[in-house]
Amino acid sequence: MQSYSLATLLRQSLAGHRGWRAAWRSPEPKPSYDVVIVGAGGQGLATAYYLAKKHEIRNVAVLDKDYLGGGNTGRNTQVVRSNYFWPESAAFFNHSLKLFEAMARELDFNVMLSQRGILTLAHSHHEIEGLRRWANAIQVNAIDSELLTREAISRLVPLLKMDGRYPVYGGFIQRRGGMCRHDAVSWAYARAASALGVDIIQQCEVKGLRLAGDRIAGVETSKGSIAADRVMLAVAGHTSVLAKMAGLRLPINSMSLQAFVSEPIKPCLDTMLLSPVVHMYVSQSDRGEILWGGGADVYTSYAQRGGLPVLQDTVSALTELFPAFSRLRLMRQWAGIVDITPDTTPIMGKTPIAGLYISGGWGTGGYKAIPAGGDTMAYTVARNEPHPLIKSFGLDRFASGALIDEGAASGVAH
Amino acid sequence: MLRIPCPYCGVRDEDEFRWGGQSHITRPGLDATETVWADYLFNRDNPKGIQYERWLHAFGCGRWFNLARHTVTHEILAAYRMGDPKPPLGRGAE
Repeated sequence: MQSYSLATLLRQSLAGHRGWRAAWRSPEPKPSYDVVIVGAGGQGLATAYYLAKKHEIRNVAVLDKDYLGGGNTGRNTQVVRSNYFWPESAAFFNHSLKLFEAMARELDFNVMLSQRGILTLAHSHHEIEGLRRWANAIQVNAIDSELLTREAISRLVPLLKMDGRYPVYGGFIQRRGGMCRHDAVSWAYARAASALGVDIIQQCEVKGLRLAGDRIAGVETSKGSIAADRVMLAVAGHTSVLAKMAGLRLPINSMSLQAFVSEPIKPCLDTMLLSPVVHMYVSQSDRGEILWGGGADVYTSYAQRGGLPVLQDTVSALTELFPAFSRLRLMRQWAGIVDITPDTTPIMGKTPIAGLYISGGWGTGGYKAIPAGGDTMAYTVARNEPHPLIKSFGLDRFASGALIDEGAASGVAH
Repeated sequence: MLRIPCPYCGVRDEDEFRWGGQSHITRPGLDATETVWADYLFNRDNPKGIQYERWLHAFGCGRWFNLARHTVTHEILAAYRMGDPKPPLGRGAE
């Protein structure tokens, strides 16, 4: 793997930038692999990387029907944080945030992690009490969170309207939260996995799963059939569709989740801000665009476009809180299909089909889980037993009733 | 914006309605196993294609009804009352 350092940059500059090598190989699929991962998004690529790096399983293929990182990994709003309520979620997502903090060095790739803090607002006394409980629970889980007064918030976000339709009573901040460039995360994992021998095969659609009795035997793809006795699905919104190929029915509804950016303006908002009650969160990207989103559309959909009512709701919330943004032009709107579970906690681990693993149910928050999801699923696939951090995220929780009702998963009330 | 044909009120905007998930799900008997209950409570077909689903006309007549809706095109192929069987869909519907 070509190292990405100042020395390499200088050398390439002097050589007219003609010596840069492709960041990953693009091989044709082999007839069989030890592990096949369906979906070359962040979760799939990170799992492949940790399988090769930590478990020395290198005969691995990552298949994608389109280009790598082209689904939800390249469509989300780049938020990383670990301000979760339940101990199971807190431990998992804080592991993820720690891996984000070490990622640039580990993968030799500038992932542009910006820990600018994520601020959650309260607009009433009741909400303040709710946030205090939430923030204290986070501290009990040994994760940083800090309650802020009205005055401190006003100093931190001067453009915020403090006494409008949604008066600001206070809030709490996780200062280690922030943003991390999504394309860079998928490219970094792809490059590192490829260097360790993982085959990343793009434009290769999985059309069927081959079973031998109650075991997985391989996948049928648009590039022929591939044998493998371990297959992992990491296909976000299409988890139900792929699982159905193996006869499984899952507790998932697929919904459109939208995001919006304005035209770029000068730096004016240097923290992530989220308001649960108006269901809107906003940040400013490195390019200067105001980037915001809200809740998922209210009905199931596999159309990556999203509807107007959510646009209207989030824009009215944004302009109420930031009157200065009302003159901005909306530049782009897009949507990804997210797989939402009844308790908004992911579904990770084994399935009733031996050798078939799922990394799904990521709902609206899978991006921030990429490193921990990859690390724990690699362990799970390599040893055929769930990693301790994801033991309670299994499919069996729906029959046992041990749900982890994580309202903080998307930072909003469900 | 969906334009939803409520069987009682006629066509109205999506904003007046609330989505209620997959329809035609039968409640199991009280002696059913935990797995059967979990399937009833949580597992859904979540099809990429035509879905039969419940809707509530929350800011209208307040009544529940069913839609047959395509989850990729969002085309509404049929609207029918609770308790009615799945209607036959026209040509072009798979």
